[in-house]
Amino acid sequence: MMSEEKMIEISGLSRSFGEHRVINSLNLNIQKGSTCVIIGRSGCGKSVLLKHIIGILKPQAGKVIVGGKDVGLLKEKEMNSLRMKIGYVFQGGALFDSLTVGENVGFGLIEHTNITKNDLLERIEESLCLVGLCGIVNLMPSELSGGMKKRVSLARALCIKPEIILYDEPTTGVDPITADSINELIRDLHDKLKVTSIVVTHDMKSAYRVADRIAMMYEGRIIAEGTSQEIQNLEHPVVHQFINGLAKGPITETIEHSFKPTYITRRQ
Amino acid sequence: MKLKFFIIIGRNVWSMLFFLGGMANLSLQTFLQIFTLPFRKDRVIEQIKKAGYDSLPIVSLVALFIGFIFALQTAYFMQRIGSEMYIASMVALSLVRELGPVITALVVAGRVGASITAELGSMQVTEQIDALEAFATNPIKYLVVPRFLALMIVLPLLTLYADFVGILGSYLICVYKLGITSSMYLQVTFDALLYKDLFTGVFKTIFFGMIIALVSCFEGFNVEGGAEGVGQATTRSVVITFIMIIIADCFFTALFYFIFP
Repeated sequence: MMSEEKMIEISGLSRSFGEHRVINSLNLNIQKGSTCVIIGRSGCGKSVLLKHIIGILKPQAGKVIVGGKDVGLLKEKEMNSLRMKIGYVFQGGALFDSLTVGENVGFGLIEHTNITKNDLLERIEESLCLVGLCGIVNLMPSELSGGMKKRVSLARALCIKPEIILYDEPTTGVDPITADSINELIRDLHDKLKVTSIVVTHDMKSAYRVADRIAMMYEGRIIAEGTSQEIQNLEHPVVHQFINGLAKGPITETIEHSFKPTYITRRQ
Repeated sequence: MKLKFFIIIGRNVWSMLFFLGGMANLSLQTFLQIFTLPFRKDRVIEQIKKAGYDSLPIVSLVALFIGFIFALQTAYFMQRIGSEMYIASMVALSLVRELGPVITALVVAGRVGASITAELGSMQVTEQIDALEAFATNPIKYLVVPRFLALMIVLPLLTLYADFVGILGSYLICVYKLGITSSMYLQVTFDALLYKDLFTGVFKTIFFGMIIALVSCFEGFNVEGGAEGVGQATTRSVVITFIMIIIADCFFTALFYFIFP
């Protein structure tokens, strides 16, 4: 059975960019060792939520507590040691394009540990093989396809052996076979290494495959949370429209009022 | 109509304040990060190569031609009053005190500053800067500090080099075209130049280097909205750097004029 210890607690989190309120007093708890899938439309603030968990964005209101530490209050040093326990798989890969694939994957270890060169190379190769990309250590990111970049980004997150992994749309833009192997990998990490994961996605197939719990984000809040089964059986019109991918429904009826695309910037 | 005018003024003042505040913050953090261990020499050296060594060809070309032009232009007047022999001192003083430092700074701002903004801007829009933070690496330490130190070191050296090449250009014109003897030219040059001229010329370029690094990094970090944003930020970075260098130069020239009369 899953332990009841909470790994991530988010309470009353709010965040606005300009006049657009992206996250609106959001509450979410994630158990240690569980996989939580957050679903929601593109641009609804899922990535912003992940960036709050890793402390790239600071909460304007509310609290984000990760592993018992309030992310908003941490000093840089404590923040960094927390971040070394969290792997982040970016939506577009976000590989450093001045470094080789190997240097990218080993980035966290190179920067923050005194690991020997042999051990480092071993760890890098091991991480790359986990995502099915053995032997591309010396390529540059510009030589990779979009799907490969995403997998290298996943390898980079795995290389630091994190306790928590945040996936930002890990299966979007990769072919179905790769998508399935990524799903399998997420499951494996969950089963074997007891990694706590948050997967942000709008790929429902992937969500059902990997989730212990699914949370639906809408208008800056979590409007429903439960197991895959519970979410599928829920009679909430918004959730129903989203998980069944219907063009007509309550989400699209209010779209003109609610949907103002905002570019997420670093200004804090 | 009137209201619109005030809105535009207000917006400009606001963005100016945003810029000044951001720059102050970035400068402070950069200074703090320089003294935060560990210090990575290899990154500074890499940037020195990029900003300094790779700038040598363009700096040589510009300085040489400035030397040519300046010698000819000065000759035009000096011949009228019959004092060709003072071309050398005129050229040496102007180059070492003003033209060398400013031209070098502007060339480096255009070449290196623009590339820093474009590089950091692209990193910003592709989330690479977020990725640095996610891997517990301070982007200011990793990206800004090496560029800042490199430009501070490289710009004075490039300026000395540009002074030399500029004087060489003028020497070639004077000796081979205007018939001044080589020894005469060199003697007048060295007689005219004092250590303080060299010092005032080179000292201010340390600050020009800081300006280039900080403005271009700041603009790069604040890119919004994809490729178009990167383009706009790069233009803005070069324009702002040019303006700030000219203003700083005016300040230093006035300062030295009163300190070392």
